[in-house]
Amino acid sequence: MPEPTVVESTAVNATVVAADYFQSYSVVGLLAVVGVLFVAVAFGAGRLLRPVVPTPEKLLTYECGVDPVGEGWAHTQVRYYVYAFLYVIFAVDSIFLFPWATVFAAPGYGATTLVEMFIFLGFLAVGLLYAYKKGVLAWT
Amino acid sequence: MNDALDVAWRLLIIFVVFLTFPLIVGQTEHKVMAHMQGRLGPMYAGGFHGWAQLVADGVKFAQKEDVVPAGADRRIFQLAPAVALLPYLLVLLAIPIGPSKGAVGEVIDAGVFFVLAVMGVGVLGSLMAGWASANKFSLLGGLRTAAQLLAYELPMLLTAASVAMAAGTVSIPGILDAFRWWWLPWQIVGAIVFFVAGLAELQRPPFDMPVADSEIIFGAYTEYTGLRFALFLLAEYAGIVVLCGLTTVLFLGGWHGPWGADGLGWVWTLLKTAVLAFIVIWLRVTYPRLREDQLQKLSWTLLVPLSLAQIALTGIVKVVIQ
Repeated sequence: MPEPTVVESTAVNATVVAADYFQSYSVVGLLAVVGVLFVAVAFGAGRLLRPVVPTPEKLLTYECGVDPVGEGWAHTQVRYYVYAFLYVIFAVDSIFLFPWATVFAAPGYGATTLVEMFIFLGFLAVGLLYAYKKGVLAWT
Repeated sequence: MNDALDVAWRLLIIFVVFLTFPLIVGQTEHKVMAHMQGRLGPMYAGGFHGWAQLVADGVKFAQKEDVVPAGADRRIFQLAPAVALLPYLLVLLAIPIGPSKGAVGEVIDAGVFFVLAVMGVGVLGSLMAGWASANKFSLLGGLRTAAQLLAYELPMLLTAASVAMAAGTVSIPGILDAFRWWWLPWQIVGAIVFFVAGLAELQRPPFDMPVADSEIIFGAYTEYTGLRFALFLLAEYAGIVVLCGLTTVLFLGGWHGPWGADGLGWVWTLLKTAVLAFIVIWLRVTYPRLREDQLQKLSWTLLVPLSLAQIALTGIVKVVIQ
């Protein structure tokens, strides 16, 4: 549904047209510009204030004081990829909760959307239970 | 013209809040931690109870040499602190502190959504730092950060959705307008889950495995010095302010207080935020660090089911009272 707002009670957005709707984001853009300026000024000022005396030893990768072994972009056992899968499954679903949340209790929806919600939660719960049974949520 | 002035004024206030509140939280942390551990904390800088300690720290950081390791991915390495810091500045814009239209940086219609989306970007800074440093500790820290984000973003999303369901809107001022005192017991599980998940996203103790200093030096920030390191620290404390502010407006009723919201609403918002910030510090002093697998387990086997249960509860109650 294209209407961005369903609250009538808020005086804040009584009527919303597309141009007004995106105006609030132009302020976000302005603030982003302010932020970028802040970082640029900080880095620029830092450049003027700090000493620059690089030595080869200083530029070595830190490895507790001994010479680095191999390189930093090394092979490592990524134990976390299963979590990444789980996350993708759940998070993509969860995003759809937000538009739904604004209308699910609207007059005429009540019981139907509630049943839908439990089906949705059921899917998520079964997925989680499956992952748990598979043992991917425990390491040892 | 008036509009332009108004916007400039708001941006200025947001910017000043962004620069001062994190320092106040940081100084409070110095003192509160010290007193909880039977120390005094900073006492010299500025004279009165070391109030200027963080200013002195800032001056020190600005004068330090900026070392980029020869093996690092230079541009990404240098940009990472900015990516970590700026999302929190943007989020501050959407947090209302009082009921009037003047008491919020900008009313963003999809507020909750905006806030969660933008906060998610911040962690990208840690990932960039972790990868670009070309350092084994940094890489491990970056991977742990990623895993932690994946695990804790979910309960955060779900509990925020629960509040949006209760209010029937995703606008933050809209949620606060709909707030009633009995939402507190109704949404309490969601509130705790949201706060804990937020703490984990900030990598604050006891969820600081990605930066565990006794184990992987300082995780993704190992190679950073001077100003860039300071920006990462600032991002952490700005994150505390944002998390506490968000928990306040989403779950604790923001400007609503026991004696109504007239006039002093902003005091309530600030007070609740401050109390939450104190709790963040308190938790740091109290709890030992969670091991990486315990950390994942806590999220997937406790927080996610709890937030799903909260959504079910919210849905049932909302439909019944409708």
